[in-house]
Amino acid sequence: MKDNQPVLLVEDDVVDAMTVSRSFRELSISNEVIHRINGVEALEYLKGTERQPCLILLDINMPKMNGIEFLEKVKRSEGHRRIPVVVLTTSNDQRDKLEAFNLGVAGYMLKPMDYSQFVTVVKDIDRYWTISELPS
Amino acid sequence: MRADRPILLVEDDEVDILSTQRAFRELDIINPLEVYRGCDEALTRLLDEERPKPCLILLDLNIPRISGTEFLRHYKSYERLRWIPSVVLTTSSNQRDIQESFFYQAAGYMVKPLDFKQFKEVIAQIHSYWSHCELPEPRD
Repeated sequence: MKDNQPVLLVEDDVVDAMTVSRSFRELSISNEVIHRINGVEALEYLKGTERQPCLILLDINMPKMNGIEFLEKVKRSEGHRRIPVVVLTTSNDQRDKLEAFNLGVAGYMLKPMDYSQFVTVVKDIDRYWTISELPS
Repeated sequence: MRADRPILLVEDDEVDILSTQRAFRELDIINPLEVYRGCDEALTRLLDEERPKPCLILLDLNIPRISGTEFLRHYKSYERLRWIPSVVLTTSSNQRDIQESFFYQAAGYMVKPLDFKQFKEVIAQIHSYWSHCELPEPRD
């Protein structure tokens, strides 16, 4: 990504979180991955830190507070609504896509089952957000 | 992103319009590229229920009358239009423009390179990213 702020990964599946971290390593993406397992913990992180993420990677189906509920809260917050959010999920549900885009997501990627395809998706996200300017 | 959906280019600079059209041709991007030289025209187009919704908007910021960020703010206030993603494509690297664009939910902010080869790479990356991206099926 463009700057060296961390990427916030909101994901309840441990294997998927490890896959994201592994693909970051493999692609030599130097941004630190901060992992939170649901929307509640991710919001707590955003509220309590000075190291705001440059990008949020967000799963949809999570216990406690799901991705859509998290988005509603983040996008209502003056301080956090500028952070681009990219959904990374297995949900191919039309309603999830529409709700996510209505709430201003900057991408919605389906997680491929296959690892090499997963790396390709992460690479595309990284390249796009490397050429894009980001709010500082 | 579906290849049969139009992409809107909101841009008043003739050279930049030609460069974008040329990049689309050379990259074999088959989405129809609809050009609007003013934000008012682009808004009228978006509000026209008879026409298919675009899958993406490429948006310049420095446009006379209504600016790109005003356009973003305005169309994002319509429930039936707000899902449509806009990528800012501009010469401005002003932090205020960046902040404002993301405040109104721009889905990317690219500073236009002057060199055509580099410009084409930016268009290629935008296309690649949005081709991987799922979008809601619009109710046209």
